[in-house]
Amino acid sequence: MMALTIAGRELRTMFLSPLAWSILGVVQIILAYMFLAQLDYYLMVQPRIAGMEDAPGITDLIVVPLFGNAGVILLLVTPLLTMRLISEERRNRTLSLLFSAPVSMTEIIVGKYLGVFGFLLIMVGMIATMPLSLLFGGGLDFGKLAAALLALVLLLAGFASVGLFISALASQPTVAAISTFGALLLLWIIDWTGNSAGNAEGVLGYLSLLRHYENLLKGLVNTTDLAYFALFIVAFIVLSIHSLDYDRLQK
Amino acid sequence: MSSLIQVEQLYRYYGEQCAVNNVSFSLEKGEILGFLGPNGAGKSTTMQMICGNLAPTSGQITINGIDILDNPKEAKRQLGYLPEIPPVYRELTVDEYLGYCGRLHQIPRDQLPKALASAKERCGLAEVGSRLIGNLSKGYQQRVGIAQAILHTPAVIILDEPTVGLDPIQIREIRELIRELGKEHGIILSTHILPEVQESCTQVQIIHHGQLVLNDSIAGLEQQMRASSLVLSTRNPPELVKLYGLEGVQSISELGGNRYRIFHDKDKNPAERIAETSVSSGWGLLELTPERRTMEQIFIDITQQSPEEQPA
Repeated sequence: MMALTIAGRELRTMFLSPLAWSILGVVQIILAYMFLAQLDYYLMVQPRIAGMEDAPGITDLIVVPLFGNAGVILLLVTPLLTMRLISEERRNRTLSLLFSAPVSMTEIIVGKYLGVFGFLLIMVGMIATMPLSLLFGGGLDFGKLAAALLALVLLLAGFASVGLFISALASQPTVAAISTFGALLLLWIIDWTGNSAGNAEGVLGYLSLLRHYENLLKGLVNTTDLAYFALFIVAFIVLSIHSLDYDRLQK
Repeated sequence: MSSLIQVEQLYRYYGEQCAVNNVSFSLEKGEILGFLGPNGAGKSTTMQMICGNLAPTSGQITINGIDILDNPKEAKRQLGYLPEIPPVYRELTVDEYLGYCGRLHQIPRDQLPKALASAKERCGLAEVGSRLIGNLSKGYQQRVGIAQAILHTPAVIILDEPTVGLDPIQIREIRELIRELGKEHGIILSTHILPEVQESCTQVQIIHHGQLVLNDSIAGLEQQMRASSLVLSTRNPPELVKLYGLEGVQSISELGGNRYRIFHDKDKNPAERIAETSVSSGWGLLELTPERRTMEQIFIDITQQSPEEQPA
């Protein structure tokens, strides 16, 4: 339960800084613009695909590309949110407050993680209002929308776990941000070499975040992809706990 | 009943460098332990280890009978720690911050407002409760740090240089607070300021090059401070032969202008006989003062001798 106390403070402090507000605002504006562009495109192609058999619907043509773009934009933004988690506390010497309180390393890390994850859920909630607004003028494929939302939540949870781990390693927030961005981008594009060699199903392909994200976006809720994200998140949280404990052991 | 803090054979290495070397001591309820030492002597390292912020290389620490390595959560419940730099979140208000600390220390929800009010009152923070910590002066931030350490009424309070950055009036208030807290809690206090130890502590330890070189009560230290020399000043030059004849006098050195420093045996103070002699011989006694070694001298003696005694 102490983890929730820490998470609550983390989330509240985020909203005390202009960073959180500006991130929410900027992401919302950019995605709204992309959403509108996608809507225009749909209205343009609608007469042409109307007669087609098994035509792609509004969800495929608007919602899925929107969530695809959201994944890329949040890959840029999440490092800014996670960079401060541990490294700033270490820099300001406030970590000792947590270290001398009756909480375990696991609770500290899980608390920090839940705090930033809560913020990301708020962001996903705001993004979800865009496809939901389409209900005013038409129907949605709720199954596909749910899969896309699940995909985005899992993706962001993965981003946050990497960010937390790197923040626990770094001693400066900016270093944490740039390293997190690099690590995430690398994981995003890691299957490119595999593709060019014609060996897309290799290990690199399996490691790529993008590939698993796209599967879920298509509406294919596959155990492989779910297991991938679960393992990914748990692995980085465990690594974070160990790297924080290293502070106590070595310094 | 076991001691509040029991430290046994504590070692800490940073790589090859030994920061804390075989430190053992204990602290009982109602004691205030002053922890002295030059910069880099290992004071903060020792305190961090007692508070579980740093793992010792070897050794055992028990807080109120609970081993901090085996059972850190239980042991930390008994601890209040103020590090060298107060661990405050600048973007929170004093009330928000202390509330968060209270929840971290699992103070029950219904007792939290009372604990907050009492800690704020004790540290003189009642009027700044709704202000941002970042906007407070260094002295007030330090007080917030102290309030955080005493909030959950821990059995042991550990303060790393609590009066740094405070003005003289605040320093007096904090010393008063420490003495008051010392009645119900065990306190460890580290400082560079020697009079602070004399004023507020009951026990003194001096740590140097990671080793405990002095571990004594204040009364014991006072004993050490009692010096073995007198300064005598007279109107007319005294007959030194007569002085040498007095019991206990070992040697006399001239300071000029009819002032003399008289060294004597520690146990036989000749002051009374010197006064009698000088009056009866008509030297015109102007001054007769025992010289005391200050704490500073003891500190300097100890910290400058030991490197030669124990080559590192």
